[in-house]
Amino acid sequence: MTEALLEVRDLVKHFPIRRGVLGGKQIGTVKAVDGVSFAIQPGETFAIVGESGCGKTTLANLILSLMPPTRGDILLRGQPISSLSREALMLYRRSVAGVFQDPYGALNPRMRIGDAVTEPMAIHGYPRDTRQQRLREVLRGVGLSADSAQRFPHEFSGGQRQRIGIARALVLQPPLVILDEPVSSLDVSIRSQILNLLKDLQAEFGIAYLLISHDLATVEHMSDRIGVMYLGRLVEIGHAKALCRRPRHPYTATMLAAATPPGRTPWALPIVGEVPHGLDIPSGCAFHPRCPYAQPTCRTSTPALATVDAQCQVACHLYTDSTPRAACPPR
Amino acid sequence: MLSEARFANDAPLLDVRDLRTYIFTRRGVVKAVDGVSFQVRAGETLGLVGESGSGKTMTCLSILRLLPRGARIVSGEIWLQGTNLVTASESTVERVRGKQIGMVLQNALAALDPVFTIGTQVAEPLVLHHHLSWRAALRRVVELLRMVKVVAPELRLHSYPHELSGGMRQRVASAAAIGCAPALLIADEPTTALDVTTQRQYLDLLLELQQATGMAIIFVTHDISLVGNMCDQLAVFYGGLLVEYGPRQQVLSQPSHPYTAALLQSIPQLGEARDRLPSIAGEPPDLARLPAGCPFQPRCDAALDVCRTGEPPPVLKLAQGRAVRCWLREREHDRGAAGSP
Repeated sequence: MTEALLEVRDLVKHFPIRRGVLGGKQIGTVKAVDGVSFAIQPGETFAIVGESGCGKTTLANLILSLMPPTRGDILLRGQPISSLSREALMLYRRSVAGVFQDPYGALNPRMRIGDAVTEPMAIHGYPRDTRQQRLREVLRGVGLSADSAQRFPHEFSGGQRQRIGIARALVLQPPLVILDEPVSSLDVSIRSQILNLLKDLQAEFGIAYLLISHDLATVEHMSDRIGVMYLGRLVEIGHAKALCRRPRHPYTATMLAAATPPGRTPWALPIVGEVPHGLDIPSGCAFHPRCPYAQPTCRTSTPALATVDAQCQVACHLYTDSTPRAACPPR
Repeated sequence: MLSEARFANDAPLLDVRDLRTYIFTRRGVVKAVDGVSFQVRAGETLGLVGESGSGKTMTCLSILRLLPRGARIVSGEIWLQGTNLVTASESTVERVRGKQIGMVLQNALAALDPVFTIGTQVAEPLVLHHHLSWRAALRRVVELLRMVKVVAPELRLHSYPHELSGGMRQRVASAAAIGCAPALLIADEPTTALDVTTQRQYLDLLLELQQATGMAIIFVTHDISLVGNMCDQLAVFYGGLLVEYGPRQQVLSQPSHPYTAALLQSIPQLGEARDRLPSIAGEPPDLARLPAGCPFQPRCDAALDVCRTGEPPPVLKLAQGRAVRCWLREREHDRGAAGSP
């Protein structure tokens, strides 16, 4: 196996909740990311799916080194970033770029598009003429005209702004781009344009994507592998098609049932309850209060992510006795 | 789902005829709803599908006469059980709102008042419209909350909206909307603010409530894949026009308007093998700057000369109660009519 491009090892991010004058007393902890491990190979698309509050955006922010983790490490080509010097961390930030959900909020309204797109190059000390040449290349690459560079964000529609966001992410030619809900704020009829553009850019430049989304159908379409996240933990990792055809974790099955339009559910899996608040995560397996298969052990002990077969890892007590099973029959 | 035959002789519950709602701004007139006609029969679900700025929400606000400043119904009729809501007095419309038509909005937190308890808010329409005493109304609220599957409804009466989860708030808002047993429920993007699994639970609940009460539902959404099997009729909006209307099954399996067809093609489906999605070029139009002719024409692969000039396409009625606004279909129809004796 080739060396992983990015590896995340037992990553933890806890947010203390303080109350009182000067925020003195800690009254609780939100475990946004609680022991997450996975690896991304060069050129592949790895997706994280989960509902709001599962910690997927915190995970993106950690990998973009926008905030320090509480514990655990992130390794780029085997180099742990916690050990990096300031200069080396600058190099890391050149290698990992982000595209965000809200293309309106991601652009400075008073900055011309040309300056916004080449800002990362300016920060990293590229000379002006190199920046201008690269600007023309990336704008063409994302399907924007060259004269866009002189215009301001308000002159563009949502889909075009997301193209600008993608251009800015690609300007330093990073090997990894984090896509945090890249199409969910766009109109339905332009989503497929952006998804196709992302696929084309990946094919041309061999970029790896970490795609973060709540929409299983989009994720299945875009990714090689999928990790399903629930309340700060990965509950299942598998190959995209296999995971959607034969979900192992009951939560994955629930997500799939929810993603199928009403009346077309291929199996009758009851959706019980709602996602609990991050301050009040159930003991043991966090999914047990909503799980139709919950057993007494599920309340007390937290299942670890275990390999079920070559394509699939599951964190569920249903699979600890090593009998291969599926949470629901194959479709 | 209800059979066609059962209602064949009945008048529709809601009959919207050639509705035009324009917004008058300093920059000019915005034709937010431009000649929209549809019917909703008792117990039926109509899916109103469209992207932002397609006119779907303005259509609903016109029915409820809750239009924002500057917006006005310019022409058309909205008949609800024998009353034309366009010309009805304000006091008549007030009696209709909440009593004959219930409404659920996208953001339940905004729809519920933060300073009143759940019990008070759900009971208020019962006191206003059905003249129940507060004590009797609160007893009925407990039943309603039980219907929308709120756990421990007696205790929830005294909760405030901020104490409930998003899915629970949307249930409470629905309980308030169905309290007076309205004949029609308008649900405007009720699931957009909800989580994926919660969204599905809410849709199932809506269908269950419909079966229990026999009310008709207008379900407004930007997501055509969501209406799946839950609607009887579909109305697809684009650029202020109702471009395609008909029984859900036919519209989804044999879309007649190029926009409906392209939109359905462009959405990824679970378990499919397509590596590339066909996409619609360009962007949805700004209603303040609509192109000449058909609003979809700049993005349409099959556009003819007539689509680019002159008027928006007229409404063409097809078999099985379908209707479409497209010059292509109009031309095909003319050719067909000329060919047959």
